Amino acid sequence: MTELSARLRPDPARSHGIPIAVLAEITHRCPLQCPYCSNPVELERASAELSTEEWLRVLGEIADLGVLQLHFSGGEPLARRDLETLVARAAALDLYTNLITSAVTLTEARLDALAHAGLDHVQISVQSVEDALATRIGGLRGALERKRAAAAWVRARDLPLTLNAVMHRQNLHELPEMIEMALDLGAARLEVANVQYYGWALRNRAALMPTPDQIDTASKVVDAARARLHGRLVIDYVEPDYYAARPKPCMGGWGRQVFNISPSGKVLPCHAAESIAGLSFDSVRDHSLAWIWDHSKVMNRYRGTDWMPEPCRSCAHKHDDWGGCRCQAAALLGDGGATDPACAFSPRHAEVFEAALAFSEGSDRYTYRDFSGGTPEPGG
Amino acid sequence: MTPDSRPALPRFVKLRFDRARDTWLLLAPERILIPDEIAVEVLKLCDGKATLAAIAATLAARYDAPEPEILSDVTAMLADLEAKGFLRDREAA
Repeated sequence: MTELSARLRPDPARSHGIPIAVLAEITHRCPLQCPYCSNPVELERASAELSTEEWLRVLGEIADLGVLQLHFSGGEPLARRDLETLVARAAALDLYTNLITSAVTLTEARLDALAHAGLDHVQISVQSVEDALATRIGGLRGALERKRAAAAWVRARDLPLTLNAVMHRQNLHELPEMIEMALDLGAARLEVANVQYYGWALRNRAALMPTPDQIDTASKVVDAARARLHGRLVIDYVEPDYYAARPKPCMGGWGRQVFNISPSGKVLPCHAAESIAGLSFDSVRDHSLAWIWDHSKVMNRYRGTDWMPEPCRSCAHKHDDWGGCRCQAAALLGDGGATDPACAFSPRHAEVFEAALAFSEGSDRYTYRDFSGGTPEPGG
Repeated sequence: MTPDSRPALPRFVKLRFDRARDTWLLLAPERILIPDEIAVEVLKLCDGKATLAAIAATLAARYDAPEPEILSDVTAMLADLEAKGFLRDREAA
């Protein structure tokens, strides 16, 4: 059997096809304050969020487009009391539903309701295997214990579980224990996600950037665990860009397979796209999703390969990595249309590596994510 | 997987025809597979009630093919899906 994504090879006649997945960030409210949050620094308030009725309409449009997977995310999606209603509608529309959650506010009753509504999969984020460090990163006492309980409830209901471990300088030493925790909690999949530096994480680069030694060790730990746990645990490893030689094929290509809907209904090619200056996003409040997917200026801005500068334009890898990450080019070079400097072929690649080394020796003090524009960690 | 197994898709793995792409799909956590024509016929018979032997007999009759070979092919295919967590043996469970 072939993977659907493998069959979606570039069709020279078309810059994009039918989207596979949608990330629905239904709220920016969250009980945690993780300093690496991928949400924009300017968070959207509850009063701006799409209503239940608006979401029900949008879910229909998502299914009509031919989307297959729907990821409910945030912020914390459980912060919306209508989550069950939205999951039920998505399931009725034959969408494959995934809940991406911190799980700290999950209850057994709520999980029963979500499972009953037709939820297919749960992904729980973890900050650390140690209670004290988990509390320090997320800013909520007892978070780890609640996550462990929630994972057990998920497995007791025979829902498949993915653990998402965001890794950085201050917790990479825990990677072996993190893998053990994924096994203990009955996860079928573990995402070892090195922090990607957009949004809040960009602001916290000095506190989060790993050292090259940490990354060498982490790669070896992951390789060994994959060999040892084959058939028991799938480990996805998100490489740290700043130390990579090849850029990641971000989102499988801009506006090609997936898109994101913000709490207020803005449609984004990726969850970090608002960090690129000068783009204005269309909203599901003003246009149909079908129109936005095909015709929105932003969606077409870096679609396909025609926008590419050299060295991307004549590169043999351009249909594999799609020029890498636009948000990273914008964050590091101030130009969303530049070659991703994570790529060794970028003329600016060396600067990125040098910057990473400098950040890796920075202060451990965080700036926490919140609606007031960020709060520095006390002390230090 | 043995001839007495009663294979079934777990609740979270879904076989569905996708009109937008005009193809059958197998939806699983973070994975989307495209089953070929034969795999679709096999998976449709995996209802947790029919044994693997019965499924092979059904297919052998339908395609006028030798049953032992069908049984061996189907066993290999379903064992692979079981290893990936996309299929379960109700008999074993």
